Amino acid sequence: MTNANRTVQFKIYRYDPDQDAKPYMQDISVELDSTARKLLDAMGKLKAQDDSISFRRACREGGCGSDAMNINGKNGLACLTAMDSFPAGKPIVLRPLPGLPVIRDLIVDMTQFFKQYNSIKPYLINNDPPPERERLQSPEDREELNGLYECILCACCTTSCPSFWWNPDKFVGPAGLLAAYRYIADTRDQAANERLDNLEDPYRLFRCHTIMNCVDVCPKGLNPTKAIGKIKEMMVRRAI
Amino acid sequence: MNRLVVGAGYGLKDWLAQRVTGVVMAVFTLIMFAAALGGAMASREAWQAFMSNGFIRFLSFLFIVSLCWHAWVGVRDIWMDYLNSAALRLFLHVMTLLALVGYAGWAIQIIWRL
Repeated sequence: MTNANRTVQFKIYRYDPDQDAKPYMQDISVELDSTARKLLDAMGKLKAQDDSISFRRACREGGCGSDAMNINGKNGLACLTAMDSFPAGKPIVLRPLPGLPVIRDLIVDMTQFFKQYNSIKPYLINNDPPPERERLQSPEDREELNGLYECILCACCTTSCPSFWWNPDKFVGPAGLLAAYRYIADTRDQAANERLDNLEDPYRLFRCHTIMNCVDVCPKGLNPTKAIGKIKEMMVRRAI
Repeated sequence: MNRLVVGAGYGLKDWLAQRVTGVVMAVFTLIMFAAALGGAMASREAWQAFMSNGFIRFLSFLFIVSLCWHAWVGVRDIWMDYLNSAALRLFLHVMTLLALVGYAGWAIQIIWRL
């Protein structure tokens, strides 16, 4: 590593509702060695320095989505963001995911996000008795689920979506709609029609104005806008 | 009672109409550019003759209807995005609709008078 043992400046959103009247940005710097390769590593060092800094993390390899946050103005996962990707000499600005209530520091209340996710019935609906081994699909049908099933529900996309900011209680949001299409596209599911009925609504689906912030931030490289387009396409095919 | 209700069961037709009217307006714009390059707007007389041609009248009518329909969906979207009060939204929806219908009639009257 070329940049071993360097000091990195952070600006971190701090808010402890039990102590602070309102949120504030804290300037803090930390000494990092060559083992701090990802932002989450650096945040671990920060936490060791000041254990009042609160954030979620679990798998530390982009599989759980716990450490989603707003990094220098763009949502992402701390564990997948390389320290090398930050411009040298400028503080790294960390804020909680926008548009959700803050519980403390970088921890947000995801209730609304999961409420929308649950509203699309994110499970296979098939009333036929299960076969002895498994419900089969052709390789082509299975192919359609690629780019959909990989979502880890980190909420980076949904909380970067202005339509979700304005109508979080009514708009399903990109993560929920991607999941909805994952089941609509699944040939083993028998409720595609009901799922389309459930989404055909000016708020639930049609608040999406193809802003594409969701595509820009998805740490898994998924494309909710494309999935939303396919839902609309299916609705058109069904209607005309 | 303040229970949240979602599920009006419409939206596809408006979304589709916005795409179709967008295409109509784009095609009309291209035709107008081509006509301008072809000299149809070189003088008032040439422009008047061009605009009073039956086919162009048909297209300009479609353009104005498309513009207003497109604007209806777009402006309604703005009210739905940013306003939380249903009463205020209803008021502005109606005002927008009435204004656009009025504008459409007025614009068609102007263009067809040529």
